[in-house]
Amino acid sequence: MYPRTFDYVAPSSLDEAYSALGDDSKVMAGGMSLIPLMKMRLFSPGLVVDIGRIGGLDQIDDSGDHIEIGALVRHATTASSDVVKANAEALAMAAALTGDVQVRNRGTTCGALAHADVAADQPAGALACGAVMVVGSASGTREIDAADFFVDSLTSALEPNEILTSIRIPKTGAGEGSAYDKLGRRGGRSDYAVAGAGAWVKKSNGSIEAARIAVTGVGTKPQLAEGVAQALIGTDGSDDAVKAAAEKAVDGITVLEDLYGSEEYKAHLAKVYIARAVKQALANAG
Amino acid sequence: MATKSALGGSVRRREDPALIQGLGNYVDDITPHGTAYVAFVRSPYAHAKINSIDTSAAQTADGVVAVYTNDDVAHLGNLIAQVVVVRGRPLLANGEVNHAGEAVAMVIAETTTQARDAAELVEVDYDPLPAVIDLKEAAADAALVHDDLETNVVVTWEAGPWGDEEGIAATKQTIADAKARDDTVSVTIEAVNQRLIPVPIEPRSVVAEWNAGYQRFRVHSSTQVAHALMGAIKTTFNLDANQVHVTAPEVGGGFGVKLNIYNDEILVCFAAQRLGRPVKWTETRREAPSSSIQGRGWTATATLTGTKDGEILGYELDAIADMGAYEQNFTAAIPFLGLFVGSGQYTFPTHWKATCVFTNTMTTDAYRGAGRPEAAYYLERVIDAYCREIGADPFEVRKKAFIPQFYEGATSPIGFTIDTGDYGTNLDKLAEVADYEGLKAERDRAREEGRYLGIGVSAYCEVCGFAPTALSELGFSWSTYGLPAGFYGTGLVRVNPDASVTVVTGTGPSGQGHQTTWAQIVSDRLGIPVGKIRVIHGDTEESPMGAGTFGSRSLAVDGGATFTAAERVADKARKIAAHLLEASADDIELDEAGGHVTGSPDSAVAWDDIAAAAYLPHRLGESSLEGGLESHVIFDPPNATWPFGAHLAMVEVDPDTGDVKILKYFTVDDCGNVVNPMIVAGQVHGGVVQGIGQAMFEEAIYDADGNLLTGSLLDYPIPTASDVPFFSLNNTVTPTFCNSLGAKGIGEAGTIGSAQTIVNAVVDALEPLGVKHIDMPLRPRRVWAAIQEARG
Amino acid sequence: MEVSMTVNGRNVSADVEPRTLLVHFIRENLRLTGTHVGCETGYCGACTVHVDGKAVKSCTMLAVQADGTEIKTIEGMANNGELHPVQEGFWERHGLQCGFCTPGMIMSASALLDSNNDPTEDEIRHGIEGNLCRCTGYHNIVRAIEYAGAKMRGVEPPPPDWEGGE
Repeated sequence: MYPRTFDYVAPSSLDEAYSALGDDSKVMAGGMSLIPLMKMRLFSPGLVVDIGRIGGLDQIDDSGDHIEIGALVRHATTASSDVVKANAEALAMAAALTGDVQVRNRGTTCGALAHADVAADQPAGALACGAVMVVGSASGTREIDAADFFVDSLTSALEPNEILTSIRIPKTGAGEGSAYDKLGRRGGRSDYAVAGAGAWVKKSNGSIEAARIAVTGVGTKPQLAEGVAQALIGTDGSDDAVKAAAEKAVDGITVLEDLYGSEEYKAHLAKVYIARAVKQALANAG
Repeated sequence: MATKSALGGSVRRREDPALIQGLGNYVDDITPHGTAYVAFVRSPYAHAKINSIDTSAAQTADGVVAVYTNDDVAHLGNLIAQVVVVRGRPLLANGEVNHAGEAVAMVIAETTTQARDAAELVEVDYDPLPAVIDLKEAAADAALVHDDLETNVVVTWEAGPWGDEEGIAATKQTIADAKARDDTVSVTIEAVNQRLIPVPIEPRSVVAEWNAGYQRFRVHSSTQVAHALMGAIKTTFNLDANQVHVTAPEVGGGFGVKLNIYNDEILVCFAAQRLGRPVKWTETRREAPSSSIQGRGWTATATLTGTKDGEILGYELDAIADMGAYEQNFTAAIPFLGLFVGSGQYTFPTHWKATCVFTNTMTTDAYRGAGRPEAAYYLERVIDAYCREIGADPFEVRKKAFIPQFYEGATSPIGFTIDTGDYGTNLDKLAEVADYEGLKAERDRAREEGRYLGIGVSAYCEVCGFAPTALSELGFSWSTYGLPAGFYGTGLVRVNPDASVTVVTGTGPSGQGHQTTWAQIVSDRLGIPVGKIRVIHGDTEESPMGAGTFGSRSLAVDGGATFTAAERVADKARKIAAHLLEASADDIELDEAGGHVTGSPDSAVAWDDIAAAAYLPHRLGESSLEGGLESHVIFDPPNATWPFGAHLAMVEVDPDTGDVKILKYFTVDDCGNVVNPMIVAGQVHGGVVQGIGQAMFEEAIYDADGNLLTGSLLDYPIPTASDVPFFSLNNTVTPTFCNSLGAKGIGEAGTIGSAQTIVNAVVDALEPLGVKHIDMPLRPRRVWAAIQEARG
Repeated sequence: MEVSMTVNGRNVSADVEPRTLLVHFIRENLRLTGTHVGCETGYCGACTVHVDGKAVKSCTMLAVQADGTEIKTIEGMANNGELHPVQEGFWERHGLQCGFCTPGMIMSASALLDSNNDPTEDEIRHGIEGNLCRCTGYHNIVRAIEYAGAKMRGVEPPPPDWEGGE
């Protein structure tokens, strides 16, 4: 066994979990991100609060004007759920491209969001789909827009005593569609994103009425590319219009070099994958 | 020459039933009663003075049995290495560290976890020093790795031909004259053949026990060279060979990583002896890049000079090769293995030079191919560039330059004798099986559609099965391990009293299927079915000597020994049968049932009776035959074997992202006669994909301070199933005369032929954009940058 | 902490530290050493087992997380000496060399075929993306899984392709 020693609780209710949380604790759902960090002793919380045994969190609810994905819904479920595919295709596509089969069998969508890796796929999907994060703690529940949730590398808006209990995504209406695409670190779509993009569009009378575009892998956090969305709105969604809008991919975004790409390359890839994701989203919008 | 009866069949592997049921026994599966566990404290700096080491907190931590530093082990001397020219490795850092991850202290505890917990409590005070990382700076001695030495240069290997200074001068003049001609062009490529982390999926592991009563070590290690390890232990601890019993049980991949003797192996023995209890260490993946050797790590300028119509007149290579901070087993000899094939399978004059330098990085040594992939890479890349420069066909130019077919030895321009070769036939077959003309048409059509498809070709010639033992004069032996034994083959074949067969070989396979192939060889000679034959390997008590498994040598050398041993046993079995049947031995044929008189199946004696007579010698009566039915053969082949082949890849590049996809891959390999085509195919598949890994994904990246940035599989991606296609494998058969099987090696061929095939294909794909070269690995960022640069 | 689970049909329980990884519980407490450890980052997949029927990397799961689950390891694949079709496929199509990745590879492959016994080449390759093999170049692993799929569907597997074979 590799991790440093820690205490462990597996509460059976959220309230129990909230009361266990403190400054030196960490919430664990699937553990796909947390356990490797602990094994490498890069992160050693004093207490692990395993929410994996709390009932009811593994549901995808389809009610009212939104869908709700619980904290224990696995990547594999998000990827294959008809409800998610119909209402948050970008997130389903991102979940399908997360990790590998074994990771998708254990890891959770909410866990991947809470982990806030700069190169993770599902944050871009959640951002594009306009997800709202439902966050609980002993003092109640609050909602955080996805756009405000990702703060910095491996840093979300969650406080140490809070748990991301679910995410809500507005249902797809007529003329709406979303998609996610990326270049993986091993090429193709394999592995973490060198650059990835989520796109949601709403078409009306032959033009784009609304859009949300998100990028991952290129900067300090997964984030919205507001400039692209603004540039798309009002256009006819033609290849030329998409290409022109994608030029604004990294406006206002701090692009960082890493082992997988220079700043110039990553900025370029953001444009390429935004364009690809937007085109797919338009196609998905019908 | 062997008949094709049992040889040449794709017999299912004997080792598989255990392995597919999780019943294999790897070293980490072996835990003697009372085992204590090791964790190492490793340096965070690439180069630093050690002011002090405080182990007091660790000594008193839960479960800790002992903590050792250099003070405890200095009396054992440095780690023994076979080809040390300048500086070997201290067992534990001796006052300074010379690469990140160097072992500084050793913690032993009741559990692995306790050892790791306590290792975090060892406090080491360092004074960091500037690190020497860049190869050109290292060669220029801008700063020194070892400040008591005058230079970072370990040795310079130069040939053209090897060992002939006048010849080298003449070759240089010949090439200079060619360059001066009006009808010639010279093409130069400056290229990096990057450092690689080999990554066998089984991390290394060693467990040692010391019996103070018998004064004997019992050691299990995941090694390719059990006998060399035995020698290193016996020499270090001043014992006899028969006081050290090393076995390599199942070994989970080697690729050269386990062709080495490591400080951890010696240290675990030291601790077992000092503590009087079994001690075990199992490498973690994250420490592997600094506890196990790395491979490649060259930068070089390759120049090819030829006429404008495709006649090559000379080749020059000037390389710097990275040795890392200390020399281990073969470190400085690896570039020399490249020199062996410096002129490939060609006739043109070659001047070849490799300067071996120290840097503040982990030691380099043999990684699958070991010097030969580097040599083939530069040669075949620059031939490709030359063909592009003059607009010539890569098949035709190569064929014109090949040594014409030969079956009794030919001397290469670099000065070595190649056994047999028929390169033209081989390359012709590649064009045929790949439908080269069809692929070109497909590529050209795609180009018209704005897609970037490319075709890459490489031929290769390699050298393996290093022999004869006279090569020990060049360091190719285990002499420094107290074993004056060259790289001969050993084979012992014994028909047991119940007519089952035990074979003992000096090899140490790590997945190559020796239990099967060797059984086929013996079955072919004796007729006894493969299922009745058990093969023992990697055991220093069962086999008096054994060179181990490396350099694609096992079948050609130890397989050859086993073949001869089996023939001798068959001869004796015929004599016994003849005695029992009152016939002439010349008339006896052996088969599955036993011996019978040729043409008279009724005049037969069963194997049970032949074996019984051998072990009940009174039944041999007046025959003058001795009891027993076994033979042990030491086989010293007349030469190494020189396999060859040619590969072709078709790739597609996404010009928007630099993403490369391999569409098709064809090989035509020639490893002489094949014993088991299934196993040979597996070797080629795996070898090719390791070459693809180098071409497309893998790179050990150190920053300027000597920190390894790619130390986990997260940052060091080896190929997965979705990164590669199916392969089309084909072959030609040019047997060697160096062993009775006519077999050459195949373990490394795939790796030697493939990396440049991929790079040549990608350059071909991007030729319309003006790209002339891209350094490996062809990660998307690099391909895209090359496209941008070419576009200006 | 006390944990109990069913491993290869057998009920087992033990007192473990929370930091005990499932793979170490399997290897060290249960002495089932067919499940291997090849890395620390959850990348190599040599430790793959089935937890409640799904392929999971047992090095990236705590033993306490597995409390109450049903686990199958490579040792539980053969049935009374009869090999599982995937094991048979690996043997028949030379899907292994050193054998170290093989148990994990077989567990992933069998989980894949349990959900789809007629996968395409692409589905097979992506289905075993979480399992690294350094020996085979994957060619014969994919062939072995094709073989097993055919067996599970009750049809004749395609012949081997030691030569040619593209």
